[in-house]
Amino acid sequence: MTLVHILIFTAVALLIACIPSRPWRGWMLFGISVLAVYILQPEVPLRHFGFWFPTLTIALSFMIWVTISTEARELSANDLHAFALAFVLILVLDLTRWLPGGLSFLAGRPPAPVDLLIALLALALLGWILWKLTGKQAVVPWVMVAIVLLLFVIQKWVPAGLSISRTLRTLTGQSQELASMSDLSWIGFSYIAFRLLHTIRDGMTGRLPQLSFQAFLTYVVFFPMLVAGPIDRVERFSREFEERPQITIDRLYRGIARILLGCFKKFVLADSLALVALNDINAPLVQGSGWMWIILYAYSFRLYLDFSGYTDIAIGMGVLMGFKLPENFDRPYLKTDLAAFWNSWHITLAQWFRAYIFNPLTRALRRGVLQKNVWIIILAGQLITMTLIGLWHGVTINFAIWGLWHAIGLFIHNRWVEFRRLRRLNLRSGLLARLEPIAGGLLTFNFVSLGWVWFALSDPNLSLRVFQSLFGV
Amino acid sequence: MRASAERDSSSSINGPMILRILAKTLILLAAFNFLFMLLQPMPLLGHISAYNVIFPGRERLPYGDDPEHSFNLSLTQLDAMFASHIISGEHKSNDEYRVILIGDSSTWGFLLSPEQTLAEQLNRLNLHAADGRRVKVYNIGYPTMTLTKDLLFLERSLRYKPDLIIWLFTLESMPWQKQLDSPILELNPGITLDLIAKNDLPLPTQELKASLGSLLSDTIFGQRRALADWVRFQLYGILWAATSVDHVIPETYNLRMEDLPADPEFQGFGPDEMVASDLAFSVIDAGLEAADGVPVLLVNEPMFISQGLNSDLRYNFYYPRWAYDLYRRAIHTQAQIEGWQLVDLWDELPADVFTDSAIHYSPLGAERLAQLLKPYILGR
Repeated sequence: MTLVHILIFTAVALLIACIPSRPWRGWMLFGISVLAVYILQPEVPLRHFGFWFPTLTIALSFMIWVTISTEARELSANDLHAFALAFVLILVLDLTRWLPGGLSFLAGRPPAPVDLLIALLALALLGWILWKLTGKQAVVPWVMVAIVLLLFVIQKWVPAGLSISRTLRTLTGQSQELASMSDLSWIGFSYIAFRLLHTIRDGMTGRLPQLSFQAFLTYVVFFPMLVAGPIDRVERFSREFEERPQITIDRLYRGIARILLGCFKKFVLADSLALVALNDINAPLVQGSGWMWIILYAYSFRLYLDFSGYTDIAIGMGVLMGFKLPENFDRPYLKTDLAAFWNSWHITLAQWFRAYIFNPLTRALRRGVLQKNVWIIILAGQLITMTLIGLWHGVTINFAIWGLWHAIGLFIHNRWVEFRRLRRLNLRSGLLARLEPIAGGLLTFNFVSLGWVWFALSDPNLSLRVFQSLFGV
Repeated sequence: MRASAERDSSSSINGPMILRILAKTLILLAAFNFLFMLLQPMPLLGHISAYNVIFPGRERLPYGDDPEHSFNLSLTQLDAMFASHIISGEHKSNDEYRVILIGDSSTWGFLLSPEQTLAEQLNRLNLHAADGRRVKVYNIGYPTMTLTKDLLFLERSLRYKPDLIIWLFTLESMPWQKQLDSPILELNPGITLDLIAKNDLPLPTQELKASLGSLLSDTIFGQRRALADWVRFQLYGILWAATSVDHVIPETYNLRMEDLPADPEFQGFGPDEMVASDLAFSVIDAGLEAADGVPVLLVNEPMFISQGLNSDLRYNFYYPRWAYDLYRRAIHTQAQIEGWQLVDLWDELPADVFTDSAIHYSPLGAERLAQLLKPYILGR
């Protein structure tokens, strides 16, 4: 999101805040969020895919909404209106293909309307089939999970992505030799996929409230959360979606102050630190351990300020429109141990993995042959969960190592806490007790920062060279 | 606890308060912009530099169009450029014989790392002047080829008390119509106009006067780009200190053109259309006068001489033979008349030391050129 986008969306959020009617507020949120998916989509070299990717987001959301809707449910007038509005908006956006280049606000030229209409017709047919199957075939939600995961892997795993890029290039009549991952730049899909998986899973376990298509699609593509999260929960979001909050000076003040804080963190602090932060270009050139530590710390703060800045902007826009989006960061670098760090860093992602991976996994292990080996259960749970969190950022060796790094750190921390509990080693007073949080904070921050060496660089050998340089080996 | 804090903040924030905050913000914004316009702090800001204080000074003037890889960028503020240079941080001791190199991209060291440039090759020779002082050479070369740009840097460098100025140039810097073709001159219209007026140079000034700017361009808003560049450049000091890299040297690049087009023109002049008065010799005169007694050694810099296609017509990509021959005859005549100290090294480097252009040389070329210049420094 650029500053111009933020300015426009803040103005839109203010406009929505002023709408007195609850239904109109809902339709505005729905319409703007649908438009935002297209406006924020970056240009991709694949012909028309700057349009197809957002359309695919909406199509996927539609299919999953059908899947999670219960058999007994009838289509409401609200749902039909939402279909119609989405259809009209997509069609109007498609018709901008005839606008002169300078007037179009979309990335790349949309496809021919006939192609779009055929695609939407096929989607409607697929939706109808799913509607008929839902509830009768338990396999349908699992198929949806598989589709979302498959698309996610294609996005994150370079060999798969390149293969799909080449295939799509064949279909669009473009050179296969120019295939690259940038062909598959799909706006916000990392977050969209996790929102979709959460709703499918909760739909399967019956924990999901009844959702209109209007509320569901707005949740999936809610414009403040589209680019960098947070990953909200649909039941919480839909409650606030249905409300008509009163506009107050306090709310406007808090919202705008939060957006300004986010802009300052992202565009002033993070973007400045980005100039000198550790990356693939400067890492091999740095001479001396001291400088390497400096650019590593610059990376640590840059990443935090960048990400939390975007979160502040999203939360601020949410506040303006009467949403209390979940916090994603809570001063993570001031935490005194790694578990506390993970409770305060990318909180909504960590909670997602805890709810859908770690807890079910450890429960299953406890029921199995490992029930008496608690430490093995914890180790396995940490290793699998943290490695998956690493791979969520991209299927590469470095992201996997970064995940393992934290898994091992969390496991050691867990065992250390247990060791101290059993031996009653907790310090209650004295100098050591006062120093403990400071030492813990320093140790945690440096452990996390060293972990960023894997995260920031793309090549494990380069990461190892950076470690050698950091420790003067 | 948090809930009560929220209630407190909620009760204290009201409409009039927001209006007061907005009004104060606008007043402060206007006041800061007005003060900025009034005080014109950019030159003062240019003197404030993290280089030579927190980070080592740069060995050449900041220039670069690929900041992400070179950790460097092209500034337009001359004060900030010089403040980042090592010459600003080094106190001239009694035993130092200070030599300053002025010139174009070949002197700056295009496709050379800082330690491979001509200045550093000269420093590596550990020379001592005739009076025993240790020779220390500083690189004040700057890309783009125009004598007027060189004159600007020559005048600025006099603040650093040089004992000798070596001014390297080639024909491409000479034509009058090219004299203002440098972003550093175009983006500093006030300074360039002063330079033209002070030295009474016959150069057009209308465009420069038109770009002098409005009141708005003197505010923080108008200067936001320069301010952002200044901040970015200070931050790049970290990576300069950490890597000693200030220029991207690609592993492969296109070599200077060996086979040449059958084009007899030079800068719009056909054969025998150019005369000595088309060349800006009076800018050299202005430089020598500005030097105010500091000796200036003029060097016709070495260039690549092609043996390829059409080499009977042209020496290289830049020059048809007739134009370059005329230039050499004219500058030698002028040097004799004016008493200039001119060293003509035009064909002194072998063809294989030239890199991507007819004037850019390799580290070996810089080393050989340093050897060629050595006697002219030792003789002093």
